[in-house]
Amino acid sequence: MTGEPALRFITCGSVDDGKSTLIGRMLYDSAQIFEDQLAALTADSRVHGTQGDRPDLALLVDGLQAEREQGITIDVAYRFFATPRRHFIVADCPGHEQYTRNMATGASTAKLAVILVDARKGLLTQTYRHARIVALMGVKHLVLALNKMDLVAYDATVYARLTAAFQAFAAELGFTRVTAIPLSALEGDNVTAPSGRMAWYGGPTLLGHLEAVEVEGPAAEGAFRLPVQWVNRPSHDFRGYAGRIAAGRVRPGDAVRLLPSGATTRVARLVSPAGDLPEARAGDAVMLTLEDERDVSRGDVLVAADAPCQVADQFEASLVWLSENALVPGRSYRARIHTKAANASVTQLRWRLDVNTGAKLAAKTLDLNEIAEVTLSFDQPIAFEPYAACPDLGAFILVDRQTEETVGAGMIRYALRRADNVHWQALSVDAAARSAALGQTPRCIWLTGLSGAGKSTIASLLEQRLHAEGRHTYVLDGDNVRHGLNRDLGFTPEDRVENIRRVAEVARLMVDAGLVVIVSFISPYQAERDWARSLFAPGRFVEVYVDTPFDVCAERDPKGLYAKAKRGELPNFTGLDSAYEPPATPDVTLDTTALAAEACVERLLRHLGDLA
Amino acid sequence: MTRPPIASPTRHLADLEAEAITLFRECVRPDAKTVLMYSVGKDSSVLLHLARKAFYPAPLPFPLLHVDTGWKFREMYEFRDRTVAALGADLLVHVNEEGLRAGVGPFSHGSAIHTDVMKTEGLKQALDRHGFDLVIGGARRDEERSRAKERIFSVRQPGHRWDPKAQRPELWSLFNLGRLPGQTMRIFPLSNWTEADVWRYILHEGIDVVPLYLAKERPVVRRHGQLILAEDARLPLEPGETPALMKVRFRTLGCWPLTAAVESDAATLAEVVLETLAARMSERQGRLIDHDGAGSMERKKQEGYF
Ligand SMILES: Nc1nc2c(ncn2[C@@H]2O[C@H](COP(=O)(O)OP(=O)(O)O)[C@@H](O)[C@H]2O)c(=O)[nH]1
Repeated sequence: MTGEPALRFITCGSVDDGKSTLIGRMLYDSAQIFEDQLAALTADSRVHGTQGDRPDLALLVDGLQAEREQGITIDVAYRFFATPRRHFIVADCPGHEQYTRNMATGASTAKLAVILVDARKGLLTQTYRHARIVALMGVKHLVLALNKMDLVAYDATVYARLTAAFQAFAAELGFTRVTAIPLSALEGDNVTAPSGRMAWYGGPTLLGHLEAVEVEGPAAEGAFRLPVQWVNRPSHDFRGYAGRIAAGRVRPGDAVRLLPSGATTRVARLVSPAGDLPEARAGDAVMLTLEDERDVSRGDVLVAADAPCQVADQFEASLVWLSENALVPGRSYRARIHTKAANASVTQLRWRLDVNTGAKLAAKTLDLNEIAEVTLSFDQPIAFEPYAACPDLGAFILVDRQTEETVGAGMIRYALRRADNVHWQALSVDAAARSAALGQTPRCIWLTGLSGAGKSTIASLLEQRLHAEGRHTYVLDGDNVRHGLNRDLGFTPEDRVENIRRVAEVARLMVDAGLVVIVSFISPYQAERDWARSLFAPGRFVEVYVDTPFDVCAERDPKGLYAKAKRGELPNFTGLDSAYEPPATPDVTLDTTALAAEACVERLLRHLGDLA
Repeated sequence: MTRPPIASPTRHLADLEAEAITLFRECVRPDAKTVLMYSVGKDSSVLLHLARKAFYPAPLPFPLLHVDTGWKFREMYEFRDRTVAALGADLLVHVNEEGLRAGVGPFSHGSAIHTDVMKTEGLKQALDRHGFDLVIGGARRDEERSRAKERIFSVRQPGHRWDPKAQRPELWSLFNLGRLPGQTMRIFPLSNWTEADVWRYILHEGIDVVPLYLAKERPVVRRHGQLILAEDARLPLEPGETPALMKVRFRTLGCWPLTAAVESDAATLAEVVLETLAARMSERQGRLIDHDGAGSMERKKQEGYF
């Protein structure tokens, strides 16, 4: 095959550094602008432009109408152009609020970054910030585009000073190469053609450099890695495994190992509609078959048998927060790493990176556009590579269970401990045996509702009734847990999450032991309740919404807490200055304004049916 | 020796192909109903070709959906039926029956209403009727300014609304297919392709396309500077207008009264590729709905136009 894949690069700059003008100029000069677009541009330029009668090239790349009216770009835009030497895909990243989220997005697929600097203003906080973010995302090639040289009289000393200062700063960021180019996007100097006005500059033009720079492709030389994306079973006699090769090469007959299981076999065929292939390599989307029947599913990784990658469930990682809802340490998020779906939670925030200064700061949570070093715990073993060695096997995203939004993006640095060191004891007495011995079906009955809603009353009545029927029960509530096991926790959102996590884990052990556990906790967040449910086998977890309106609770006020809270003596009080998310789809709703406590328990017992 | 107009595309196309195949494979999930939008145009031909590669030796694991406005070129219908039969694919054709009964058409109602009723509404009807969750389409980011920021997996709100503010950040190739009740997704495997890439791929792979893309003598009338094919008797001729034979082809195919032809001598795929590389007019220029007003495509998208 000839040629090479397109060079994917990112451009970043602050407002008005001339980024749009620069990209517009590259598209224009490489003849990617069609005549009708140019006509539209000329018309637009009179309305929105800043260049009088000259066409404003910046308008070529401004996107959505709302943004154009405000004269800003606020999202990553992708542009395409080609020259006789190379194809290019540009991720154009605005420098406004949300800058980190946008830059991380653009940089995640980029091999090179162009950072714009206004030569008059010199290196600004933003310049350092942009360089740190692209370095963090693993971009190895950097171009410092010193723009608006026309406004500093094409002065060689400005270029020399800024270049030296930047090189000194960037030395520790681990770039393979930093190239500084003096240019004027507006006048076209050193963009696609060398500038006669900067004869003192001996280096390449921006486009010349982009055409020539050698970047790393997918690692065809490394050991074979294929995350399984899809299992193809059209009939009984064909079972293919599809995916895009992350590293190395593969040929029929190669010995491969399946991770996490560790099973080994050999590759039988590389199937394609045009006939079987003799070889495939990093970057190819393949469909292969194995010599032996193996239990392979999406998320498994096929690796060279003699050079497997690691498997672990606890990691040190960098995490970029992408959501307006802050990170809640301890909360379980959906995670996606290569083709694998799992659950993961941040177990520790080691430090937060100040992207402007590079300082490491203490942090309790992470807000939108913040970056931190964290420890991360998955609920199952994951085959992976450190991001620096193989981005395809070391990058992950986190998704909020409630909103389904992508809230975090991260890069694994290394494993904290190998999952293969932890072996669950294969116990001969199992949950089924224990529940049989007790003669009951264990359950977790989870009562949620506001303080004073009546949870404890219902829990205690329910336990009496079950006990009278000969059931083995236990009630977990704030009183017996907060005074002991959770003595160290307060009422901040983070502590509330941890509180529920521990209670749910204890309830799980008790259900495993065969008990009917009644949990009576405010448990204000749906995410934690959903997570708690996920710990149990289907049907074993019963979410009960004790539905009492705030005003009624405040009036009943059995413990005098509402009165205190209203006087401001109880900060973070649920329903007042701390949120309560009512269950969206509870298994049972008990309306205590309509039913007395005894009647509520009757309802519940009917729902539970026969526990024997 | 003349320089090649652009860098050798083979490795570049292979990369785009692998990316698109991977995207197709993301769209088969046990918890989702998937459909491939089939508009009969060149991008659809490329999509079909890629889908076959993605799932081979299995048949396509989802049906094709053609939202028919009733005003497609005759040759498009012929090509559609031929292609689907050869592939053995499962084709769903949807027509907005209410629109049809009301006699909505481009001449009687104008391009905006016709497109809105027969295409945008028709599409929504079809998606709702079948309850599709993942809808694969052929849109590309290079087509139009507002598309440059489109995600590859684009969330649609209940009612198929596209909310530019509610799009998820998309990093690496880790796509988030999570959907709240009522939300669906559009998936664009050709996001990173340009028009030139599409043509070069068609040439390289020998993909069959509707013959209207190749230049031939055809009867056309010139109207407001655009060449409109005199396709059938539904074309109301204005005084003094008589269809003339001209050597023309189409760069994009939609409803025939809304799709202008360009004069061309490119009668083979190779000639089309060369012409595309040298083109000075963008392909959307032939789509008459884009000229309805600045930002009109963006508005159409928010309403659910593909
Ligand atoms: N003198 C001069 N002005 C420039 C240059 N590049 C951009 N500008 C002007 O700087 C302003 C901001 O440019 P624009 O491309 O919109 O900046 P963006 O916000 O980074 O996209 C516009 O008025 C441009 O015309 C340059 O090289 N020299």
